[in-house]
Amino acid sequence: MSEAVLTQILYGGVGILLFLLGVWSFLIHAPLLRKLIALNVMGAGVFHLLVAVAYRGLQAPPDPVPHALVLTGIVVAVSATALALAFGRRLEREEPDDD
Amino acid sequence: MKSNPQTFLIALLLALVGVLLAWVFFGALTGYQGDRLATLALSRVPDSGVSHPVTSVLLNYRAHDTLMELAVLLAALLGIWSLGPAAAPYQPASLVLASLVGWVVPMLILVGGYLLWAGGHAPGGAFQAGALLGAAGVTLALSGKANAGLPGEPGLRVLAALGALIFALVGLALMGLGRGFLTYPPAIAKWLILLIETGATLSIGATLAAAFLGGLPVACAHPRTPFTLLRIRIVLPVARADTRT
Repeated sequence: MSEAVLTQILYGGVGILLFLLGVWSFLIHAPLLRKLIALNVMGAGVFHLLVAVAYRGLQAPPDPVPHALVLTGIVVAVSATALALAFGRRLEREEPDDD
Repeated sequence: MKSNPQTFLIALLLALVGVLLAWVFFGALTGYQGDRLATLALSRVPDSGVSHPVTSVLLNYRAHDTLMELAVLLAALLGIWSLGPAAAPYQPASLVLASLVGWVVPMLILVGGYLLWAGGHAPGGAFQAGALLGAAGVTLALSGKANAGLPGEPGLRVLAALGALIFALVGLALMGLGRGFLTYPPAIAKWLILLIETGATLSIGATLAAAFLGGLPVACAHPRTPFTLLRIRIVLPVARADTRT
């Protein structure tokens, strides 16, 4: 197995692991903030996987398409997180006693 | 967290999903040995108007994707604004922090401008530059500026929509000239991309900073009138009491 594929499997495997940890946390924990963090960990796993796919060894330049997808994804993830936090704050204001 | 059969079942299912994902990933990496998309994408970079491959994917090959992304940003900001006013501003910074912010914010704006220009030939571009502008806004907000250095509501609305607007207008103008939507003529592709990226940078920066405030900035929640200052004084204690409950 070539060096490039081994690196991809290591990094991509970690990405899959992060994604699974995120799903686990998302399903297990009830508070909204923890779910949101879990969602972001899942996203980080997916980005990890895409960057691993883009790697083509030290000699060749990386595949630009997955890189562009990650760049787009980061901004969308940040804005979605901000929107979710605004929802959470609004919920808190409507039902202050609820957890 | 309770340990019950349900938890065990979730763990089991996740392990299965993990094995499936790993198998698919391994197959995708090793199953096909011929040319991949990268070869095609990299070979056409000289025709795209910029020399950095990631920028040519973002602003040329997959320009639709980037336009949609700016629309997502705008939609998220409108959603945040519709959920209520911004939180009460932080207390004004002390002398040391305020002077540090006075140094950091111009630097962030300068580096953002550099990254925008560098995006054509090196890592950089609208998203990185916009993120830095957003960070400048967040820094200002943390040091006690209620509006994070953003303009009043009318200006802020224009700024937030600017990126998607310029992008769509360029695409429509090209359609009017008989080319496809966002199919740039190679001769002026570089300048069109720079124009779109400039609008996108301003939009992304303003949107991120405004999203950090978590609502319409208190200082711009009302139309600008001679009474604006008076109103702020009335509004602020109310907003503070609001968040404390």
